[in-house]
Amino acid sequence: MSLEAYFDFVILPILTISVLLVFIRLFKGPTVVDRVIALDLIITIGIGIITVYSIRQEQDVLLDVAIILALIAFLGTIAFSYYIEKQQDD
Amino acid sequence: MIDIILAILSTIGALSILFASIGVLRMPDFYLRLSVTVKASTLGVGLLLICAAIMFPGDVSVTTKSIAIIFFLILTAPIAAHMIAKAAYFTGTPLWKGTVVDELKGMYNKETHCLESDPEKAQPHAKENIAHSDDATD
Repeated sequence: MSLEAYFDFVILPILTISVLLVFIRLFKGPTVVDRVIALDLIITIGIGIITVYSIRQEQDVLLDVAIILALIAFLGTIAFSYYIEKQQDD
Repeated sequence: MIDIILAILSTIGALSILFASIGVLRMPDFYLRLSVTVKASTLGVGLLLICAAIMFPGDVSVTTKSIAIIFFLILTAPIAAHMIAKAAYFTGTPLWKGTVVDELKGMYNKETHCLESDPEKAQPHAKENIAHSDDATD
């Protein structure tokens, strides 16, 4: 099995199944914070998928998107936690 | 040889991401879910990015970008996890029924959102309320 086929038929399906499993938690999540970490995990897995895709397509430009996504995931989680904590005071 | 290294690294990375997602689905409690998610997903994405850095040899920009993303993830994932866990504890997210010890119980000052080492300092109004109730009973 060549490395390209291995990336296509093993690594990418594993990552896709991971995203689907996290989506179940995003829908079920009993509290808001559960949904926030599920969203954070989905974006983190998205960085991994973009990386594998850029390896397969040999397009190193796609890694720039991964940098931006990492930034957005961090800022989103920080903003969510800040406002959830503020909401408690009112 | 490089193919084998790439296959091993990407397999470990993808499997740790899969374990993180199974953990976030199956764990009984928010805090357990959080502790599974952050470490395993950071490890998995880091290994996949190392794969990308090995895959493009002689291209310095890819290596630099990969190291930058890994550094950023390792730097920011614990901070985000700490902040969301603190917010969850303040909003009263229930703990799992099998939790043995909760060392933060009563240690947070609800008004200043600071962590005190003395549980009496954390609730400044609790003592006054007790005093008032004593007066009322007298």
